[in-house]
Amino acid sequence: MAEVTFTLNGERTTVDAPLNMRFLDVLRVKKNLTGQKEGCGEGECGACAILLDGHIVNSCLLPLGSVSGRDVVTIEGFKQTERFRTIQEAFVHEGAVQCGICTPGMVIAAESLLRHNPRPTDEEIRIGLSGNLCRCTGYNMIVAAVKRATKRGEGLW
Amino acid sequence: MTMRIKEDISKAIDKVDSREKIDGSAPFTADIQLEGMLHARTFRASVPKALIKDIRLPELPEGYFAVTREDIPGKNIVKMIYEDWPVFAEKEVNHIGEPILLLVGPDKEKVQDLLEAIEIDYEEKKPVFDFTESVVDFSFAKNDADTAFREAEKTIEKVYETGYQEQAYIEPQAFVGYKEGDTTTLVGSIQCPYYVKNAVMETLAAGENEVRVIQAPVGGAFGGKEEFPSLTACQLAVALQKTDRPIKLVYDREEDMEVTTKRHPAKVKMEAAIDKTGRITGMRSHVALDGGAYIGLSGVVLSRGMLAVTNAYTIENVAVKGDVFRTNTVPNGAFRGFGAPQMIFSIEMFIHHIAQDLGLDTYDFRRRHLVKQGDRTATAGLYRDPIILPEMIEKAVEMSDYHEKKKAFAESDEWKGIGMSFFFHGCGFTGSGESDIIKAQVKLRKDEEDNVHILVAAVDMGQGPKTTFRKLVAKVLDIPLEKVVFNYPDTRYVPDSGPTVASRTMMVVGGLLARAAKRLGEEWEESSEQVVVEQYKQPEYIEWDEEKMQGDAYPAYSWGVNVVEVEISKATYEPTIKNVWSVYDLGKAIDERIVLGQIEGGQVQGLAYGYQEVMGHNNGRIMQKNLTDYIIPTAVDVPKMKSLVMDNPYPLGPYGAKGVGELTLVGAAPAVALAIEDAIGRQIKKIPATPEYIMELIRNG
Ligand code: FES
Ligand code: FES
Repeated sequence: MAEVTFTLNGERTTVDAPLNMRFLDVLRVKKNLTGQKEGCGEGECGACAILLDGHIVNSCLLPLGSVSGRDVVTIEGFKQTERFRTIQEAFVHEGAVQCGICTPGMVIAAESLLRHNPRPTDEEIRIGLSGNLCRCTGYNMIVAAVKRATKRGEGLW
Repeated sequence: MTMRIKEDISKAIDKVDSREKIDGSAPFTADIQLEGMLHARTFRASVPKALIKDIRLPELPEGYFAVTREDIPGKNIVKMIYEDWPVFAEKEVNHIGEPILLLVGPDKEKVQDLLEAIEIDYEEKKPVFDFTESVVDFSFAKNDADTAFREAEKTIEKVYETGYQEQAYIEPQAFVGYKEGDTTTLVGSIQCPYYVKNAVMETLAAGENEVRVIQAPVGGAFGGKEEFPSLTACQLAVALQKTDRPIKLVYDREEDMEVTTKRHPAKVKMEAAIDKTGRITGMRSHVALDGGAYIGLSGVVLSRGMLAVTNAYTIENVAVKGDVFRTNTVPNGAFRGFGAPQMIFSIEMFIHHIAQDLGLDTYDFRRRHLVKQGDRTATAGLYRDPIILPEMIEKAVEMSDYHEKKKAFAESDEWKGIGMSFFFHGCGFTGSGESDIIKAQVKLRKDEEDNVHILVAAVDMGQGPKTTFRKLVAKVLDIPLEKVVFNYPDTRYVPDSGPTVASRTMMVVGGLLARAAKRLGEEWEESSEQVVVEQYKQPEYIEWDEEKMQGDAYPAYSWGVNVVEVEISKATYEPTIKNVWSVYDLGKAIDERIVLGQIEGGQVQGLAYGYQEVMGHNNGRIMQKNLTDYIIPTAVDVPKMKSLVMDNPYPLGPYGAKGVGELTLVGAAPAVALAIEDAIGRQIKKIPATPEYIMELIRNG
């Protein structure tokens, strides 16, 4: 057991747990932040994605020890932003959600992409989302949603 | 804000449950945390076939316990269509991964450690992996195929093979269970609340009121949560009798990939009799499915596959046989399309190959054999309703520039190709299944505030009934959408409207809801509580002989055309999909955006089945254990797709709707295989058409 301190959704937080505990479990079990889903536990599906210092990271492969002193934003934190609302409306509008298990991770992937590239081409959107698996939609409606968010959210990113 | 559905019902509205899924607050099963909850994990067979001689458990600390077949109060069989699948292995194991017992305790990791400390002695037996042991066989015929073959000018025979496909829903199998007094309650990721309830009642030897099943949001299913969850639910239910604490049973990805049901690998033999004019006069076929270790739903999958034998073509004389073979591998089961993907791949390739072998134009040859209204189906049923396939084909040809591209690609040095599939899908249960087995019932309850509650067991697993059912009822009653309530099904409150399978949800359950809503509208009394119940009634004209497999196998058919364009790398033999066009007749779209989602998602899953998704086993052990080994499409694999839905309302469907979900998958694999074949000039007889297979075809000429 060890104490690890980091910023979680804007607040300084200390967690007392084994350093090698999967950060996904820290969030889901210790913090009850279940918006991060476990689809594979192996870094393949992106359902567990979070923002770590503004970059998308699969929390299932992240040990607690490595978040020490860093800035973590989960879907629950991102939800409070105007950018989230823009992405959400775009996802609803384009029909980008079916079962929804991949969706929070997709939203995090979209945010991570737009933060570094506010006007991506279709191809760049596809690459930006390619670490996140969706088995329901066939992706095109998600790509369209991200595209729509960039247009509607002019100036936000 | 109130919303009335004034316009054409097809016009898209926002899905009612998208927002809670986007922000992560929708409570999927694994998200549920209950006070004092224990965790269960499964101890499984490590050999494909053996007698169990001895099992030695490690010392279990306080609060940990094992659940075995000895603890089962009722039958050690999972109740499903065919009952041969044990809840826990009896004295023998028949496939790697077969469940033997559960270990349950407060600390998940500790449970895992204890699981690894279990010792087991086997007396190993010789496993069977080839198609030798038939456990189900069916046959049917139309007119006289043997005479057609005797009198044929020419006969052609080919064999087609299809591989495993894994549903790969992103949310693995999951249940949470708890006791409420004498009632065992199970909350889970499921397609069929009443399948689960009935199975658990039989395993617990419990009564109607002692088992309650609640659907949680489902993170993808595709058939994979049709019958399999009945198995885990029974195990968990037995565990719950040994403790008064809630228990969670959630699979991790590897476990899910290794032990859950998959699409049946198949081998399909096709034979055609051709007359002097170059017309197919007879067809014979044999369908062989790898059932895995237990039969489960395999017989039904086989029959639905066989029923698709002539696909979108009318053939005068037909004889079809089929077998499910038992092998010592993971049991195969339901997967979107349910036997049809294997068969439609085979017949679509075959009809092309016949034309090629006869030196005829494939497009003209196929069009000459197309089904028309009034024709007889392969089981001598009647195609009663209007068929608009010729118009659909013309649209698809026009959208894709099919003929121009085909010509240009033939002249090009690059390996480019275009392929087009025609296909149908039978909607709802086979034959008299709806009236004899399912007997669907739906209920509408109006409360004193005039809110109308939809009470059905149909599950939203992403395909949208939470939205489309509300839309439908609101439209029929002409009340705002907000006045219609549809919660996740809970068997305590909802009647058995049947399982969420077989593309029946909108056509059958939606059809009953529309009828119930109409009646409620007629009997409407302001501010009073009212209940309306509707029961499925088979249309009088449907005649089906289950024994002989003769008559109307389905009440209605949906239709589709897929066109796929590919380019194959000369360096790596890797196919890339460049374009996809499609045209569908699904009666009437209840929401065009939701239907588009089904089309896009189904096509991508079907395309990947045709060229990308590889799964196999080695001595009964599944080789692709995770999403690193088992490759499903990502956003970069998918091209833009153009699709068109043409209205052709079905008189008995709500607003004319027929089935959608499976239709969108079944035609994609042959379309991509035909495109690859067009690119390389070799006949494809096997899917997935991997780079290795393409290379082999090219090298061997
Ligand atoms: S659960 Fe982390 S990548 Fe799949
Ligand atoms: S919406 Fe189901 S996995 Fe993406």
